[in-house]
Amino acid sequence: MLEINDLHVSVGDRQILKGLNLKVAAGEVAAIMGPNGTGKSTLSYVIAGREGYSITQGEILLNGVNLLDLPPHLRASSGVFLAFQYPVEIPGVACMQFLKAAMNAQRRSRGEDEINTPEFIKRVREESEKLKIHQEMLRRPLNSGFSGGEKKRLEILQMALLQPKLSILDETDSGLDIDALKTVSEGVNSLRRPDRAFLIITHYQRLLDYIKPDTVHVMAQGRIQKSGGPELALELEKHGYQDYVSNEAA
Amino acid sequence: MAALQETVTQVATLDASAYKYGFTTDIESEKAPKGLNEDIVRFISAKKNEPQWLTQWRLAAYQRWLTMSEPSWARVHYPKIDYQDLYYYSAPKSTPGPKTIDEVDPELLRTYEKLGIPLREQEILAGVQTRKVAVDAVFDSVSVATTFKEELAKAGVIFCPISEAVHTHPELVQKYLGSVVPVTDNYFATLNSAVFSDGSFVYIPKGVRCPMELSTYFRINEQNTGQFERTLIIADSDSYVSYLEGCTAPKRDENQLHAAVVELVALDNAQIKYSTVQNWYPGDSDGKGGIYNFVTKRGDCRGENSHISWTQVETGSAITWKYPSCILRGNNSQGEFYSIAVSNGHQQVDSGTKMIHLGKNTKSRIISKGISAGRSQNTYRGLVSAHRKAAGSRNFTQCDSLLIGHSCSAHTIPYIEAKNNHLQFEHEATTSKISDEQLFYAMQRGLSAEDATALIVNGFVREVLQQLPMEFAVEAQKLISISLEGSVG
Repeated sequence: MLEINDLHVSVGDRQILKGLNLKVAAGEVAAIMGPNGTGKSTLSYVIAGREGYSITQGEILLNGVNLLDLPPHLRASSGVFLAFQYPVEIPGVACMQFLKAAMNAQRRSRGEDEINTPEFIKRVREESEKLKIHQEMLRRPLNSGFSGGEKKRLEILQMALLQPKLSILDETDSGLDIDALKTVSEGVNSLRRPDRAFLIITHYQRLLDYIKPDTVHVMAQGRIQKSGGPELALELEKHGYQDYVSNEAA
Repeated sequence: MAALQETVTQVATLDASAYKYGFTTDIESEKAPKGLNEDIVRFISAKKNEPQWLTQWRLAAYQRWLTMSEPSWARVHYPKIDYQDLYYYSAPKSTPGPKTIDEVDPELLRTYEKLGIPLREQEILAGVQTRKVAVDAVFDSVSVATTFKEELAKAGVIFCPISEAVHTHPELVQKYLGSVVPVTDNYFATLNSAVFSDGSFVYIPKGVRCPMELSTYFRINEQNTGQFERTLIIADSDSYVSYLEGCTAPKRDENQLHAAVVELVALDNAQIKYSTVQNWYPGDSDGKGGIYNFVTKRGDCRGENSHISWTQVETGSAITWKYPSCILRGNNSQGEFYSIAVSNGHQQVDSGTKMIHLGKNTKSRIISKGISAGRSQNTYRGLVSAHRKAAGSRNFTQCDSLLIGHSCSAHTIPYIEAKNNHLQFEHEATTSKISDEQLFYAMQRGLSAEDATALIVNGFVREVLQQLPMEFAVEAQKLISISLEGSVG
């Protein structure tokens, strides 16, 4: 489903990704772990199409289509979803209004009919109940004055409604207490399907206790240094990232 | 960054092509000779067959105007206006005061149709619009049609061109004209007093709730012609009226002057809600052409518990100089000002309000949202003052500015004068930019850069849009996205 080949990215003079390769198959949950400042968030932004990064080499293919040729909104409608580490506030725009605008924008660009209001409300109600989101919260302006847990749950609600092919979760566990972490993880787990892939970016093992990955990739110095199964995450928890960092330096 | 850049580029390419009301109507008109002198003032007065008191009133205003100079304190810049190079009166030739809509020149009817303003009552009744709105259509210097007059008359409501009211209700006109904006008020208001041509007159009798929205639609068509309309609305005790005003003009390379005066009077327990969607031609992308909108609007809460609210959505004009104000004279009276001012291209806006608290326990509320894009300048200028007798008065002011791009600017200039110690005045102001984070977030969810910008701007102005009557709110929302994105609506 997702195939990243030899990706080189820099910001200004600083090279951040230095020939990154990664493959995630349909149905797979892949975890990317690594120390701070190693380019994990950069990777998620570059896949989603945020401006400000210069891509000097490489390609990012989603089901064979090079995402680098598409503006961010068309990447979204072709199935890329990024759950933000720091979801953004948009004052005066109610969550419901935003959700509907997003769903319809994606439908329109795929040539589908817009969702009608009763159907939309029904779907939002179903999904928000699973995530323990109150209807009252959805009438408030997007993320304005939301707690960390509310913001993250709203990200997962959007994921559930937009039904992306590839979901990237960027440090979704940061700022969550244990109850919120469970709710969010259950939300993600319920979305797992053979035709969907997940890329979970984290630097703690904790989240992976709740969302079981199929593969774990260690990222350091702008590259994937090692790939393996879930046991790799446990190993990292014990020994830290030291080996990978010093390898590169040497 | 580039997402924002894209929006900025779109905004920069916005020019006259986005203005969809820029057509001209080819219709023969009768004009007064160019220039301004006593004879022209007399000519206009004679055209309207006015009583002598009004002719004298105009002449006194003209004499006064000669002694005044153009105000220069506003944050706007424009070449000196040659007042002798303007026409002060222009009327479509074919309409010597049509009695019914069928006598109106079909060319004019088509013009208003193009503008989306139905003047045929049966069309309105047939469901072109969901709610009945009575319209007074003013074309250059004269009113060409007023709808639903009979139905309104049944309720006792008077809604007609002011030139007609001078003859049919002289006592009301004489009593109230100039009582809120005196002849000597300011340069443009004084000029208007001398040469005003037409406008709407509204009187709501005691205890009457006006059965429908009233609306005036202004259109400047002629070249080099100033439009000087005069609106007078009186809400007698315990009455209510909601009034809407819209305006457009053709694309012209020259600047056109629009100097209107609007006076509102609310007596005991009366309420007037006055909404404006101002969409005069803003000029092209080089800043050529466009309307100079120098307007004096003021409401007098003369009675106890009276209530006046101004809601304005300003997207047009090359230059806007406009401060719809409330004089809170009656005890417990209330004034409100809700404003959205969008400026783009080379537009200059200096707008705001004055809330003059004279009576006890008077309340006022100001919500101003300025959006600047392109190379525009957007200034909020406001005065909140309390007389020493205005004990227990309260004001809340919130001024928010939103910047799009790097070449525009926003300014907030609030004046507060308190002459007694029993007041509560609050002022809040913010300036923000549409951030790259917000744009990227919305785009990541599937919205294009344009739609994302529109959505964010929409959220920014929501509080004010909610104050507009439903149909107007939808219209205003569309207008804002058109003026900001250059997309064809």
